[in-house]
Amino acid sequence: MGVKAISFFNSVRKNWGLYLLLAPAIVLLILFTYKPMYGITIAFKDFNTSLGITDSPWVGFKHFERFFNSFLFGTTIRNTITLSLYNLIVAFPLPIIMALCINQMRVKYFRKVFQIVTYMPHFISTVVLVGLMLLVLSPSVGVAGLVARVFGVDPVNLMAIPEAFRHLFVWSDVWQNTGWDSIIYLAALSAISPALYEAADIDGASKFQKLLYIDIPMILPTMIVLLILRSGNLMNIGFEKVFLMQNSLNIMQSEVISTYVYKIGLLNMQYSLSAAVNLFNNVINFILLITVNQISKRVSNSSLW
Amino acid sequence: MENSGKIHKTKSDVAFNIVVYGLASIALLIVAYPMWFILIASFSDPSAVYNGRVFLWPVDFTLLGYQEIFKRGDIWLAYRNTIAYVIVGTFISLFVNLSAAYSLSRKDLVGRKFITLFFIFTMFFNGGLIPTYLNISDFGLLNTFLVMVLPFSVMAFHIIVARTFFQNLPEDLLDAAKIDGCGNLRFYFIIALPLSKAVIAVIGLWTAVGHWNSYFNALIYLPRAPELLPLQLVLRSILVVNQSTTMWGGDDIAVRAQQIADLLMYSSIVVSTVPIMLLYPFVQKHFNQGVMIGAIKG
Repeated sequence: MGVKAISFFNSVRKNWGLYLLLAPAIVLLILFTYKPMYGITIAFKDFNTSLGITDSPWVGFKHFERFFNSFLFGTTIRNTITLSLYNLIVAFPLPIIMALCINQMRVKYFRKVFQIVTYMPHFISTVVLVGLMLLVLSPSVGVAGLVARVFGVDPVNLMAIPEAFRHLFVWSDVWQNTGWDSIIYLAALSAISPALYEAADIDGASKFQKLLYIDIPMILPTMIVLLILRSGNLMNIGFEKVFLMQNSLNIMQSEVISTYVYKIGLLNMQYSLSAAVNLFNNVINFILLITVNQISKRVSNSSLW
Repeated sequence: MENSGKIHKTKSDVAFNIVVYGLASIALLIVAYPMWFILIASFSDPSAVYNGRVFLWPVDFTLLGYQEIFKRGDIWLAYRNTIAYVIVGTFISLFVNLSAAYSLSRKDLVGRKFITLFFIFTMFFNGGLIPTYLNISDFGLLNTFLVMVLPFSVMAFHIIVARTFFQNLPEDLLDAAKIDGCGNLRFYFIIALPLSKAVIAVIGLWTAVGHWNSYFNALIYLPRAPELLPLQLVLRSILVVNQSTTMWGGDDIAVRAQQIADLLMYSSIVVSTVPIMLLYPFVQKHFNQGVMIGAIKG
């Protein structure tokens, strides 16, 4: 220990410039990311603004019990899990398929146009995306109304149908991000050695066979790492889009943990309850990430750490 | 290689090509059309849009929607705010994250493993909304310009990507510089950074796009500062909160007002989205490289 400490101080003296470069990031993280972690204790207290975090009285698991017993507990958990599982199942394989397709395109001009156009929606903000959905799906001014009228049926407002919320959420995500998410697989595909394809050609392999027996196995490690990252975020369904797509009609389908935390916390000022719900969610997420990472370490030797 | 492929072209390969290009064409249409529709609708007369006459090209061309934007003071103020957040925020973020990343890329940094873990941990765990909000409030940062650019500028993921990039700089460079008596700080600013334009471009774009497009921080931390609101929150009130396009009724003046409000939605989408899309081509050549680094080291 003593030797270690001395060698550390020697290193700081020798490389002080490096520690100086690290300082801004470390100070910011301590002040604005680590310090609030102490504030998590309000989940176990009856937080009172005038007393502050430290002096508010401890109440144990009271707020957790309140959450578990509230009628929204089942709803928010179910909505959160359904939404993210549905999103994972659909949005995970599609970029892979798209990358495999792009990789097969030999018409350079088409390939370039295809990539530029499918990357573009990634730069659209969540606000604009939801605004665009409202406009495009609007029965009066949108494309949806147009299509309905062409087929001679009454246009419906999809945004007002509670059951449609999930599908709209997931498929608008597919629309926005499939192109962009395929970049990473495309990069992996471009790293495959041409010798493999040449050998396959000599054996008379068809294009589809090459895709099946060369392309897919070669990008498998990339797929696994991304799958871990995504599964680790299973309970972290983004606040921004859900919140914007919510309306009084679809609320029972669209209330997820993050929007619930926002409402009871910042709108209803129930700080402790909100912090408890948030902590519950964070802990589950953390456990999920570690579990998935361990499993993948055993099964495939690919892991995040 | 291409030639030998052509000689061996079989029936199944032709079918395969048809499937690939067919699927791609359908995907292209689905992705492109909604964006195209918004663009042409923003140049069309609102009643033509309402009657479903706008389909492929603008109908009854008009610039009314864009003139309306010029008249809206709140949009211009928000536009200016967002540009300020993007410039200042990206600059701070780049400085903080690249500096940390460079340090962590150096194998002779004692405590490197622990410090890396200190950063990575923040990717997977945080204090949550309320504790973070109370903390910002304690610092007196609510409703300030600073809260939008400083407290959340550290991005562990960006640090990891940049660190991986710096690790690939040739080691001889540092050795040679050291012999010439060049210190760590000078080496970083004068030699390492100028050699890292690719990673600066990639991370700069990520940060800038993030600042331009996000509304969450403003929603939470600017509750009583209308003069500081970013573009996205103003867009939210135009596009999402005031959605009332389903019914057009009342007298002519009311109908006209509603038409202009509708047109404003299309034109504000175009005005707020096109600038950030135009940024991409400038850094595109660095991009695949940057994403690759991210892919390898997650």
